[in-house]
Amino acid sequence: MVQPQKRDLTELIARIRLRYRYPLILLRAMVITDFKLRYQASLLGYLWTILRPLAIFSILYIVFVKFLRLGASTPYFPVYLLFGIVIWGFFVESTSQGMGSLVARADLLRKISFPRYVLVLSVGASVLISFALNMLVIVLFMVLMSVPVRVEVLWLPLLFLELVALSISLAFFLSALYVRFRDLNYIWEVCMQAAFYAIPILYPLTLVPTRYARLLVLNPMAQIVQDARYVLVTPETETISQLYSTPWVRVIPVGITLVLVVTSVVYFRRRSRSFAEEA
Amino acid sequence: MAEPMIRVAGVSKDFLLPHLRQTTLKGKALNMFRKSRTIEVQEALRDISFEVERGEFLGVIGRNGSGKSTLLKILAGIYMPTRGTVTVGGKLVPFIELGVGFNGELTGRENVYLNGALLGFSKSEVDAMYHDIVAFAELEDSMDQKLKNYSSGMQVRIAFSVATRARADILLIDEVLAVGDAAFQRKCFEHFRALKKSDTTIVFVTHGMDAVRQFCDRAILIEECSIVAQGGAEDVAAQYTELFTPQSTATPHPQGKRRGSGDVRYSRVDVPALLRDGGTLTLELEAVAEQDVDEPVFGFLIKNSSGAPILGTHSLLKRQATGSLRKGERVSVTWSVPNVFSDGLHHVDVGITDRQGLAVYDHWEEAASFTVVKEEKSPYIVTPDTSLVIAKTDAADA
Repeated sequence: MVQPQKRDLTELIARIRLRYRYPLILLRAMVITDFKLRYQASLLGYLWTILRPLAIFSILYIVFVKFLRLGASTPYFPVYLLFGIVIWGFFVESTSQGMGSLVARADLLRKISFPRYVLVLSVGASVLISFALNMLVIVLFMVLMSVPVRVEVLWLPLLFLELVALSISLAFFLSALYVRFRDLNYIWEVCMQAAFYAIPILYPLTLVPTRYARLLVLNPMAQIVQDARYVLVTPETETISQLYSTPWVRVIPVGITLVLVVTSVVYFRRRSRSFAEEA
Repeated sequence: MAEPMIRVAGVSKDFLLPHLRQTTLKGKALNMFRKSRTIEVQEALRDISFEVERGEFLGVIGRNGSGKSTLLKILAGIYMPTRGTVTVGGKLVPFIELGVGFNGELTGRENVYLNGALLGFSKSEVDAMYHDIVAFAELEDSMDQKLKNYSSGMQVRIAFSVATRARADILLIDEVLAVGDAAFQRKCFEHFRALKKSDTTIVFVTHGMDAVRQFCDRAILIEECSIVAQGGAEDVAAQYTELFTPQSTATPHPQGKRRGSGDVRYSRVDVPALLRDGGTLTLELEAVAEQDVDEPVFGFLIKNSSGAPILGTHSLLKRQATGSLRKGERVSVTWSVPNVFSDGLHHVDVGITDRQGLAVYDHWEEAASFTVVKEEKSPYIVTPDTSLVIAKTDAADA
């Protein structure tokens, strides 16, 4: 009785491997190409992946922390701030670059048939690699400032999973929409500007009146940023569970993320039939 | 009976004209309130059905804009048909264009890996065949240069070299032979011959009737979105030539002036539309007798585009007896003329008279035209083959 089941399983694995062989080969080639091309003819090359968020961090740190005295009450505020910037950077880059990924490779869409999602995923993968490099910098900062590591840090992978799911599904949705509506990139840029201030990246959430803060953290990005800071940097981060006095309220932002994932997959699959004609 | 490798059933394709589609939100918003949507539908293919058997080499021919490339893209799964279905029974690799995804900023080597990945080869697979690919392209020395520094011929060579590695049950090929120098084209043709032997099913889109005749088992001819002919490659190629030769043959020349009693008249004037270097111009004529006539004289005159007569002759000059023609009898007249013509358009006048040249039965000016393409562009009315030897003679002789 066990034998046929086992064979079914190996067969299934073989089938899955065969099915995703081509997408994986493509994904790998595109990510490698993207990295080779991105920093060509630049002196510091890959270092820019790390230098860019560090530079942004320095500006914000000087302006908001030194001059405006924000976050004086939060321990390890530089790490706290940089971590927020890095998470936010991942979200912005994956959605904005992901949005243009189909249109940018219209030449490929028109000439060969391949799983269209690879284009969006390859952008996601590139941005994820940058994100990983940035996390190394965060770790370095943590060591320098001797931030204690607590057991709650084990939640971090799950939070990153939520972040990736949210960002990549938005990238899928936006990329498919952008094929038809080329105004979208401008609109999205403005949205991102607004969201940067709407999400407590620069300022501690404690500065916001509780009424608004409670509304704010229902946004998955706000929830992720605050939760990630809580588990990695300091327990003195105000998270969604403190604002609502129950951890179960997280079903709302997580639910929003899941709805986005499903909507995006459905929409992308439906639209992908005509990308070759419209992109 | 084996299943066909490709089955195309009732496929139609409509495109929404891109310049009319609203691609901005403003346009969309403005259009929402309008009752009549101004979307124009352009038909690209209409009710296409055919099958391709395993190992068959099918040619798809048609003029520019006939829809043949759209058909290829539908077979490749790039476009979805508006109506109808396409069933493909094996791994299919399309070559809509050589070197898809090539990036000028990458080196030749990097492009080989990228292009290989698009064809479905993993890095280790490309590693294994890399040497062969480079050797086939004859580019051993330049693989670490950026692709943008390659000549276009070199780019094509490396692209084709990668393409030849593709393993597939079905290959779709679009006009790739139109590129590269003669030596490289010969290589491509050799590769095609090898593919044909290896039982690969191939769909090949082209204008080149020579290639169709040489490789294809069968062909389909597409004109104005539909299949207008299918069958043996030779037949379909002949139909293509007949249909699309400028100022064609079987149909009488519309501008031609025609006079004569009509006792004997030409019913068919067949002249090839295009005459290349070398070769012979063959005028295939057929005349039908409306009355009984004795010893009609058949003649022709060839003029160049400015109307200057170049050469002509008639059956009397050739001392050829034509006998008597009974009413209703048909006679075929075939002239073979060496290609001495100069590059450019030429017109053919044909005539039939009585033996004395007094009665004109049929005199048809510009009954047909043909174009001569010659390497040597001389300004004179004829350009026969001339040979030339120039050699330095001994200085001592001077």
